[in-house]
Amino acid sequence: MSLPLQEHDYIGLSEVSPKGNSDINERSISKGLNLKATELRLGLPGSESPEREDVNLYGLNSLVSSGAKRVFSDTLNGGSEVDLVKNGGLFSPRSAEKVVEKKPQSSAAKAQVVGWPPIRSFRKNTMAISPPKNDNNADAKSGSSCIYVKVSMDGAPYLRKIDLTMYDSYSELSLGLKKMFSCFTIGQCGSHVIPARDKQSEGLLMDFLSGSEFVLTYEDKDGDWMLVGDVPWDMFIETCKRIRIMKSSDAVGLAPKGIEKCRDGN
Amino acid sequence: MDPVRKRTKDLSKSVDSAHLAPFPDEVLEKVLSLVKSHKDRSSVSLVCKDWYNADRWSRSKIFIGNCYSVSPEIVARRFPNIRSVTLKGKPRFSDFNLVPQNWGADIHSWLVVFAQVYPFLEELRLKRMVVSDESLEFLANSFPGFKVLSLLSCDGFSTDGLKAIATHCKNLTELDIQENGIDDLGGGWLSCFPETFVSLEVLNFASLNSDVTFDALERLVSRCKALRVLKVNKHISLEQIQKLLLRAPQLMEVGTGSFQQELVPRQFAELETAFGSCKNLHTLSGLWEASSVYLPVIYPACANLTYLNLSYATLQSDELSKLLPNCSNLRRLWVLDTVEDKGLEAVGSSCPLLEELRVFPADPFDQDMVHGVTESGFVAVSSGCRKLHYVLYFCRQMTNAAVATIVKNCPDFTHFRLCIMNPGQADYLTNDPMDEAFGAVVKTCTKLQRLAVSGLLTDKTFEYIGKYAKNLETLSVAFAGSSDRGMQSVMEGCPKLRKLEIRDCPFGNEALLSGLDKYESMRSLWMSACNLTMNGCRQLAKNMPRLNVEVIKDEESDDSEADKVYVYRSVVGPRRDAPPFVLTL
Repeated sequence: MSLPLQEHDYIGLSEVSPKGNSDINERSISKGLNLKATELRLGLPGSESPEREDVNLYGLNSLVSSGAKRVFSDTLNGGSEVDLVKNGGLFSPRSAEKVVEKKPQSSAAKAQVVGWPPIRSFRKNTMAISPPKNDNNADAKSGSSCIYVKVSMDGAPYLRKIDLTMYDSYSELSLGLKKMFSCFTIGQCGSHVIPARDKQSEGLLMDFLSGSEFVLTYEDKDGDWMLVGDVPWDMFIETCKRIRIMKSSDAVGLAPKGIEKCRDGN
Repeated sequence: MDPVRKRTKDLSKSVDSAHLAPFPDEVLEKVLSLVKSHKDRSSVSLVCKDWYNADRWSRSKIFIGNCYSVSPEIVARRFPNIRSVTLKGKPRFSDFNLVPQNWGADIHSWLVVFAQVYPFLEELRLKRMVVSDESLEFLANSFPGFKVLSLLSCDGFSTDGLKAIATHCKNLTELDIQENGIDDLGGGWLSCFPETFVSLEVLNFASLNSDVTFDALERLVSRCKALRVLKVNKHISLEQIQKLLLRAPQLMEVGTGSFQQELVPRQFAELETAFGSCKNLHTLSGLWEASSVYLPVIYPACANLTYLNLSYATLQSDELSKLLPNCSNLRRLWVLDTVEDKGLEAVGSSCPLLEELRVFPADPFDQDMVHGVTESGFVAVSSGCRKLHYVLYFCRQMTNAAVATIVKNCPDFTHFRLCIMNPGQADYLTNDPMDEAFGAVVKTCTKLQRLAVSGLLTDKTFEYIGKYAKNLETLSVAFAGSSDRGMQSVMEGCPKLRKLEIRDCPFGNEALLSGLDKYESMRSLWMSACNLTMNGCRQLAKNMPRLNVEVIKDEESDDSEADKVYVYRSVVGPRRDAPPFVLTL
């Protein structure tokens, strides 16, 4: 399912979570490397560049600055939707011009560098035909269909997938997500990423998620981003396509009523 | 036996070295014919003129690693008695679509010469060559004693070409068609083997897509009593493979078809029996879509298995954990990353004799980390399988510490190919580059012959490689390095380097030219999406006339940039079949 380019009037962000580089960013800024200043941004002159985490890995930044003219440039598929943010921000000035109009969209838009990862065509084509077993297995086992949605969190290096049928209510979902993403929120505190095991950090985590730091949002069938908790649970699991744990500061423009609800509810 | 032309030696001429009676040619040739490895044969031929000639006349197998390094005419002149030819064509990165169509490596001109000079040719093994149906037909009709055809990663032919082979090669013992870009026009080719044809020993059509006539296959298998390798394609069902196994219990290597058929208990039992009756079975592959339901039919054969290829079966960790305790004799295991770290733990605990592990990604282009293996799986294998020396590992996260532990557990690595799938990704725990990981590999694994690096890497990695990798022959680099210094370190070190392939790295002309002294001792160098310019390449070509410096032009790029550069040594100069987009400087 690939969505057409959509105008998000409340959030100019891409829906992709930058890959685990917020930690690097913090550390490198503290080391005196001001990556933000050297950051290559998407956008035509005069257009508003979306505020997002700096995703340039320091090594790759030096790659670009040392004159690697064609890192990715000739390997990006010009015709497909190229998700530069997913690529970790690797792009040369030339390719930035090429792809500036394309915004990373639905999860169906996958970044494809020619010939990477290095898998032979036969294997690529074969595996493309067979669907991932996991979903089939789950179907067979439970007897009823599972509802898998991807959950991303701003600042986390990777996404998780959850089965919405495993939860009966918003509070269960919220708890489940907190557990799943606890390791990343601790990282956000500034220390290195460790799973939240001790009670002290749990407490910190709870405060984090139930406080003003993060809100749960989801994308519904129409492609709109909503705050989790606005609709009855049953309706939610039917219409929810993916979930994003977003920083409150970015959730500007979503129904204020919803924000209040979220805060109280959790 | 076929007549072997001998050159008679004039004994009187060599009386000068009277302290040793001249060694009769016949004896020398007989002795040298026992030297099999082509590298040793090469060394033999360099000893002295007599030995060169003895090797010349007695050599029956030839290996040409780069088809453009030499011409068929030169080969024919030097070696009059060749029966077996192995040829490799395109650069390896053509497997990943980095080499445009019509680049070259066509086998036909070779076949034309061989037909004249080697009418008794028996074996042809090709890798990354272009082979047309016409060529296959020509082959089938030119060599009456032809026995072995092996095509790996080739393209340009269709199943019609296979029809010609099946129809005309009356003495065929081996037909091995693997992973080729071919036009599959139907499975009728298999029915072209005549009913009188009984000599087949190896049949591998696992990567062909269309249905063959099962009846014809069953009859073929029944009458070829010496059949030892049978690898069928996805269209062969479980029930059918059971019938085939019954016909050929002597099989040593089996590639099954699809495992998705619904079986009743009787069929299940029959399959179990069939697998159990194959007492010589040591290699098992195929297993398309195998699931925990029917996988147990192979258990009776597992104890003897040394090579198990599960890389087309999307197994989960528990399924693998149940299977592996039956396979304690495994030396080689290929799996998909759907087995996850837990599955790999089972590998570590069940397969102590394991020497080779390959973990392929089930969903390589999905950047969401839903499935997959991590550094823990790799560590788990290394701690249980101390004899591990070959690994190919696709993962989405890795740490320097884990790699250090892995090579400490298994210091005997000869092939270490690690692919962290997100380009330029750092150690996910420390956010450091992965330099120390590969540093540990080259420092600890002194026997390392092949290395593929990935992740966030600075020049330090290459300094380590240059300094420590004394036995390294093949190096693959992508999205790595910080400056020319990186590649220079490799070119200044690595005394045994033969193949270097680089893509998307910040290495420029200075790096390229730092290898001037090295390229003639290497088979080839590939550099794409780096910082090379035409001028740099011209300079290389000017200084090294015995190298072919080829630039593959990309339409979209600047005239001064050299997007894809392929450099190789050759005794025949620039190739005459280069397409317009390949410039030889």
